[in-house]
Amino acid sequence: MSYFSDIYNGIKTLLTGMRVTGKYFLTSRKGAITQQYPDNRETLKMFDRFRGEVIMPHDEENQHRCTGCQKCEIACPNGTIEIIWDRGIDEETGKKKKKIDQFVYHLSMCTMCGLCIDVCPTDAIEWGQNFENSVYDRAALTRVLNEPGSKLMPGVED
Amino acid sequence: MTTALSITKNIHDWLFSTMPEGVASIVEMTLIALVYLGIFSVAGLFLVLMERRVAAWFQLRIGPNRVGFQGLLQTMADALKLLSKELTGTVKADKFLYNLAPYFVIISSLMALAVIPFTKDFHAFDINIGIFFLIAISSIGVIGILLGGWSSNNKFALIGAMRSGVQTISYELSIGLSLLTMVLITETLQLSEIVEVQKNGWLIVQGHIPAIIAFMIFMIAGTAETNRAPFDMAEAESELGAGFHTEYSGMKFAYFFLAEFINMFIIAAIAATVFFGGWLSPFGITESIPLLGVFWFLAKTLTLVFLMMWFRWTFPRLRVDQLLTLEWKYLLPINLVNIVIMAAVVWLNLTINF
Amino acid sequence: METTTVNSNFKSEKYQINMGPQHPATHGVLNLLLTIDGEIIKKVEPDLGYIHRSIEKMCERDSYQQIVHLTDRMDYLSSNINNEAVCLTVEKALQLAIPERVKVIRTIIGELTRISSHCLWWGVMGMDVGALTTYFYGFRDREMINDIMEETCGARLTMNYNVPGGLMFDIHPNFVKRVKDFIAHFKTKLPEFDTLLTENIIFQKRTKGIGILTREDAISFGASGPVARASGYSCDVRKYHPYSALDRVTFKEALRTEGDTFARYSVRIQEMWESLSIVEQLIDNIPEGEHRVKTNAVIKLPKGEFYQKVETARGELGVYVISTGTKSPYRLKFRSPGFSNLSLLNHIAVGGKIGDLVATMATLDLVIPDIDR
Repeated sequence: MSYFSDIYNGIKTLLTGMRVTGKYFLTSRKGAITQQYPDNRETLKMFDRFRGEVIMPHDEENQHRCTGCQKCEIACPNGTIEIIWDRGIDEETGKKKKKIDQFVYHLSMCTMCGLCIDVCPTDAIEWGQNFENSVYDRAALTRVLNEPGSKLMPGVED
Repeated sequence: MTTALSITKNIHDWLFSTMPEGVASIVEMTLIALVYLGIFSVAGLFLVLMERRVAAWFQLRIGPNRVGFQGLLQTMADALKLLSKELTGTVKADKFLYNLAPYFVIISSLMALAVIPFTKDFHAFDINIGIFFLIAISSIGVIGILLGGWSSNNKFALIGAMRSGVQTISYELSIGLSLLTMVLITETLQLSEIVEVQKNGWLIVQGHIPAIIAFMIFMIAGTAETNRAPFDMAEAESELGAGFHTEYSGMKFAYFFLAEFINMFIIAAIAATVFFGGWLSPFGITESIPLLGVFWFLAKTLTLVFLMMWFRWTFPRLRVDQLLTLEWKYLLPINLVNIVIMAAVVWLNLTINF
Repeated sequence: METTTVNSNFKSEKYQINMGPQHPATHGVLNLLLTIDGEIIKKVEPDLGYIHRSIEKMCERDSYQQIVHLTDRMDYLSSNINNEAVCLTVEKALQLAIPERVKVIRTIIGELTRISSHCLWWGVMGMDVGALTTYFYGFRDREMINDIMEETCGARLTMNYNVPGGLMFDIHPNFVKRVKDFIAHFKTKLPEFDTLLTENIIFQKRTKGIGILTREDAISFGASGPVARASGYSCDVRKYHPYSALDRVTFKEALRTEGDTFARYSVRIQEMWESLSIVEQLIDNIPEGEHRVKTNAVIKLPKGEFYQKVETARGELGVYVISTGTKSPYRLKFRSPGFSNLSLLNHIAVGGKIGDLVATMATLDLVIPDIDR
């Protein structure tokens, strides 16, 4: 007798399973979880904290907040950040002072761990939300974050 | 007789009036073969597209919607891509059998199409042993699968082919017996006559309980026969990679792929013809327009195809020994008992006729 | 090779096939050398090392803050719990007092990670036994957790949210609301997991009585996590050595005694319910306070050996640090759950069919980078 009850119960479980998928089939129009990515570029907004790439914000007068302390370079586990620095003369005090020449960022080596941004004392670098980083030449992934001719924002070092 | 159907008759008359009889029939056969080939390569592509869209909707996805309107040309583009691809093969393959196998599979599935009645006059080859012919032809396809799996000299392919062989041989029985159950009512093997019999009610209604059991067995066995999930032992991708067609590429792979979908169509078409009255409309509502028969036939067939897709996208796969247990310990005994019940029903005149 | 002669013309021979490293069922670059007789498995030899990145060696040159981000890349499905393990070890060594807020948030995020890992596992489990649709249903729910993680931690997979001394930044203002939404959503979806797959007759036939691991074997192979608990070996680190805020929540340890594939499956399903209840208990009362304790910029652990274990989604993860008082460990050893769990595969898969091996392997829930490190 268990032979027939097995068949009955088996078919019942199969039908309940089909009910679940059938329900989703009927509501598939609004239930689709797919994002049609390149088409939804305008509406696609990443979260504020999303780690896409490291950027260095500049203000209107082309000034950044990086003092060239190299803490980020030390904190980075992969050697992603390379700071090429120089000693310049401070106009106000006339003393020799460290300033950055180039803040080199190798995006191709970055693991997005966030330690550099965490350790930065002057909030000079932060996360950018751009994630479309495909390029034809990997040299394009090595970026200089400070813009040409940019200066240190006054008052950052105090 | 509507105009569309009289065209075929006109062509037939014209051919026989201009040529000697022998040449004319050969030309006519070639023409019919070409038309069928054209229709079914397109139909196969449509079925692939349908499967992809249906699967997407079951899986909370959108599915192909880029090429053509709503992705209608997607599979066409895929076929073109496969045509242009290189045919790679293994060095130690048995070249002759390796190349022969895809043709076995595709030809056997196209041959089976010949006897399927689309509507009263759209029926290429109405032989009096129609069902017998279908059962016989549908088991040839497995030879292609066995050849392909064995000759490509790949152990995964070999396991897949052997599983497929064992599966098709077992499930042939159920397919045959469940159809024979219905033949007890129709008293004929000819498909057009089987449909005629159903003017008094579709066979699934006429035969009531034993017919429903036979239908369920037929659908299970048919799914197994076409090597589709939950019976896709031959290509179980999480176990065997791609199964018997692991080493095939390009158009040869496409033949296997297309054959699978045409086989699915054939199984659904047989079920629609034998159990659901083929081209007959429900309650004879459009009996005066014979051309709508094609519509009813395709509607029934595609509904059954959808059912098979629903199975595929819901159920886990059986294991190979469970597959055989299901056939030999469940389907076959039930089927044999079912035939006896059906014989009793027919003998005692318990069928439901309108 | 052993042959049994049935007839002079027909010989039955065992043969070997390589399952992997490019195979859908091995979930990564694991190579299994199978010795098969027909369909019956006679021997399984795992061949490791395809994704070995020498993480333990790299730890010897990194500072303790940097080690944390390497653990993301071990068991990437429970990366937050791995991070927590390293941070707990460092904090234990430094004897830092961690704020209550940090402890609670760490526990919530850890349990969410566990749910998301099990969601993925459930989808893949279904896919391995042939039900492809489960994959997408599992990912739908995992996606919600990923969004929570992305909003708070900034990344979806390799979070690196924990730092020695606390959390890298405070939780996002939307965090609590999103987690509550998720709990409400997931409570309606988890029963569907059961109706779709667990109760399915084919699935039950495929998994019940397959790959049986006894309690004694589980202990002697060093199994942990759901694999060991399915064999009746109560070994939940969260129960026996509670860390973070796990000492103040009540939850049941998911235990089964059958030890077969289905038991391992059910244990994980039950764990999702338990994790959900842990998150529910904590989400409403996250204490106010600091999200981070100030540590030195260069952390130097005192001389000595330190060990801390946590329960990841796959089992017990141990972090063993030998410090000589410098800024990097002298030696760091991860006791990863996947490695021990893989070691018993040969023991439980022999005698089954190829399909059984795939189902069994799916319930071991292997993550290959966790095994190779």
